[in-house]
Amino acid sequence: MSVPADLDRRFRDAAARSGLLDAGYDLVDSPLGRLLVAATERGLLRISFDPDPDAELERIARLAGRRVLRSPARVDRVHRELDEYFEGRRHAFDLALDLRGLTPFSERVLHELARVPFGETATYARLAERAGNPRAARAVGTIMNRNPVPIVLPCHRIVGANGSLVGYGGGLDRKVALLTLEGVLL
Amino acid sequence: MAIPPFETFYAEHSPEVLGLLRRKLGRDRADDAFQETFLRALRAYDRLDHGEHLRAWVLTIASRVAIDVHRRARPTAELPELAHEDTRPAHEDLGELTDGLPPKERAAVVLRYGYDLTYDQIAAVLDSSPEAARQAASTGVRRLRKEQST
Repeated sequence: MSVPADLDRRFRDAAARSGLLDAGYDLVDSPLGRLLVAATERGLLRISFDPDPDAELERIARLAGRRVLRSPARVDRVHRELDEYFEGRRHAFDLALDLRGLTPFSERVLHELARVPFGETATYARLAERAGNPRAARAVGTIMNRNPVPIVLPCHRIVGANGSLVGYGGGLDRKVALLTLEGVLL
Repeated sequence: MAIPPFETFYAEHSPEVLGLLRRKLGRDRADDAFQETFLRALRAYDRLDHGEHLRAWVLTIASRVAIDVHRRARPTAELPELAHEDTRPAHEDLGELTDGLPPKERAAVVLRYGYDLTYDQIAAVLDSSPEAARQAASTGVRRLRKEQST
């Protein structure tokens, strides 16, 4: 016997309202493919490209606690803002973030990253400098690669000193697509 | 055994829980009981010490919820028996031995001594405090000893 969809949804909504979830997540379709989006009471916790749900769930559980449930209601706002962004109607996200588990330097780098505006780019070295360690461009590259919430924290806007795209955790095609959406690339 | 994320636990056991509740309560009343069962499980889930017997644990919660639904529907009636063979989530021998106990004590004894669950986990099943779960188990054991000696 399978659980009817409406009954299943009622439980998931009730669980989200109960305040008992450590994290809720959903799979969201986007022009860049399917994304797994997870949020806690504190804010947005993760956005993953090409998610392997089982592995992602374990990762989220290790970060936030084991009461992780697929719950569209829990990530409704993130979903809406992502849709608006991809439709070109939103240039800045208005979302609380839950960036637990990061080193202080990573936090500073991501904080500076958040300030690189829509439609502009910065170099790895420049971001390292703004975060207080001008020689840490390589470390900044690693931090971009592990960005827990890509798109919302715009690591796609960080490029090499000569303007090359260098790399992207979600694959270079997606970096190109995002920079094209923002009008940086034609 | 590691405790899986709640989603994994829910996906694995929700069909069987719904089946059990429909057999006990009928289709209409089973829906509310289904939600209540998994909310109780969710409430206790971060206090679990290990991932063993999760199936037995959630089926026992469902049985308890079904009893509560019966009790609300017929406040003066006798308590219904716990689940029978096909659904009874009890260790076999202990299941037979504890047949005569009141439902709450029986659940506490079976889960404590048959499944080695903690009183926190049993409390979630009984929707009571860990202390009340401990008392139910110890009263049940005393009652069994008395029956054995007579």
